[in-house]
Amino acid sequence: MKHKNILIGILLIALYLAVYAAIGTGLIAPYYQVNLYLMGINIIAAVSLNLIVGFTGQLALGHAGFMAVGAYVSAVLTLKLGQPFLPAILAGAVCAFVIGIIIGLPTLRLTGDYLAIATLGFGEIIRGLLVNIDYVGGAAGINGIPKLTNWTWLYLFTLLTVFSIKNFVNSTHGRACIAIRDNELAAETMGINTTYYKVLAFSIGAFFAGIAGALYAHYFFLIQPATFSFMKSFDALVMVVFGGLGSITGSIIAAMAVTFMNAALINFGSLRMIIYALLLVIIMVFRPQGLMGTKEFTLKHLFRVKEGGSS
Amino acid sequence: MLATKRLTKTFGGLAAVSNLDLELQQGELVGLIGPNGAGKTTVFNLLTGVYTPTEGDIILEGKSVVGLKPYQITARGMARTFQNIRLFNSLSVIENVKVACHWHSRYSLAGALLRLKSCVNGERQMQENALELLEMFNLAEKKDEPANSLPYGEQRRLEIVRALAAKPKLLLLDEPAAGMNPLETKDLMELIKKIRRLFGLTILLIEHDMSLVMGICERIYVLDYGKVIAQGTPEEIKNNKRVIEAYLGEEA
Repeated sequence: MKHKNILIGILLIALYLAVYAAIGTGLIAPYYQVNLYLMGINIIAAVSLNLIVGFTGQLALGHAGFMAVGAYVSAVLTLKLGQPFLPAILAGAVCAFVIGIIIGLPTLRLTGDYLAIATLGFGEIIRGLLVNIDYVGGAAGINGIPKLTNWTWLYLFTLLTVFSIKNFVNSTHGRACIAIRDNELAAETMGINTTYYKVLAFSIGAFFAGIAGALYAHYFFLIQPATFSFMKSFDALVMVVFGGLGSITGSIIAAMAVTFMNAALINFGSLRMIIYALLLVIIMVFRPQGLMGTKEFTLKHLFRVKEGGSS
Repeated sequence: MLATKRLTKTFGGLAAVSNLDLELQQGELVGLIGPNGAGKTTVFNLLTGVYTPTEGDIILEGKSVVGLKPYQITARGMARTFQNIRLFNSLSVIENVKVACHWHSRYSLAGALLRLKSCVNGERQMQENALELLEMFNLAEKKDEPANSLPYGEQRRLEIVRALAAKPKLLLLDEPAAGMNPLETKDLMELIKKIRRLFGLTILLIEHDMSLVMGICERIYVLDYGKVIAQGTPEEIKNNKRVIEAYLGEEA
């Protein structure tokens, strides 16, 4: 157990340093760097959405709305109020968390399709509000946000997201959420406060979506309400379903794969979306439970493959 | 221990339960029987807070529990099983039991997110408690299997173990013998006796299997069309004319 943790720690530091060096020496060209950053942001968005949709079983389609909150709050703080980056990110995340609670309390009484539509509506409301607030530039959005997101911040926040959510789902609190997904009535009669846990999972997911939004804003230095449209929520949902509902590592792999796929298909022009959609259809037909199902990819898997290969 | 006073639940114009007065003494094992659709499960849903009564009161240990949410009622000392099995299917056997430990042994959320000592210790404590219960009911060997991979009879047993993990004072069993063969039913009878011996619980039991009801219940309430039509010891119930009518129809 101890050995395993040390090994994971070493691997993570090695990955950080390797990419850091690769960026520094120009091994990763600026064009590819964009995708690297998108990968990190997508991982945060997908893993946090998986907590809501995959583990707690609440089909929410407003994730981009929370990203928008994080992006706008943090951008206003750094650009207009001159605050440092870290407090700005955290403020964006906390705002998303609070709005998650406010939205979650009334909407999480709903289930299934109804919840999906309600949260979809919420995402559009956020967008509509932003278009009409002149202070944040209306439809033109905020331009010239300082480019503060670097590899170190991105990596740190990706790890923070993944490990916080992993710890959460492996605790009694996370188990309560999974119990709600499996059988809400049984969970409630076994002493689980289902409303509390649904809202909690929803707002924790919103918190990390806020972080993803803040990182996004400070990398692309331009945010517009249109950036956080329904399509962005949908992208995150695709990654979650593709990776497996209830698998954190699945979401990570899917977020990387989808980002990579989008980048690789860019040369195909207008065919891109068709190929992308086709790939998704194929994956869903042959692997409806997603890449990982509800299982996690562990080091054990890796070693088993290696042992199998060498023998 | 438990008393209901003029408990009534109507769905639209239909009175599923009307003016029900139940009374359970500490440590009793009471059966609730009646033909299909008599309102037995509705009574359980009322007791556990799934439904809110239209009228009447439910008193658990001297305090009314009407209007409380199911999870609050669990914390007052009531746990149940379901007529149709409701396990958490994607969780393992032991995790199912641990879910029921949540309300009385959970640790802080911050501890969980940061995986602090409180979380590690709390998890270990829960694991030990759950394992102890599983060992008591011969399910320890299968602790890491998914709950839905167990054979039917063991799934029923796991539901009972899960209910016990919620540390109830009053246990409600909704048709625990449903779908069981005579041999399994006999085992179940032993199991229920064992639970009473070890935990000293008060038990209210819905059942269709008469051998089970007559074999272990000390007192029986008979429900028909939402009303109590008879109550008494198994002997009295067996010879009660109204009960026979309700089950077999009137003599021609």
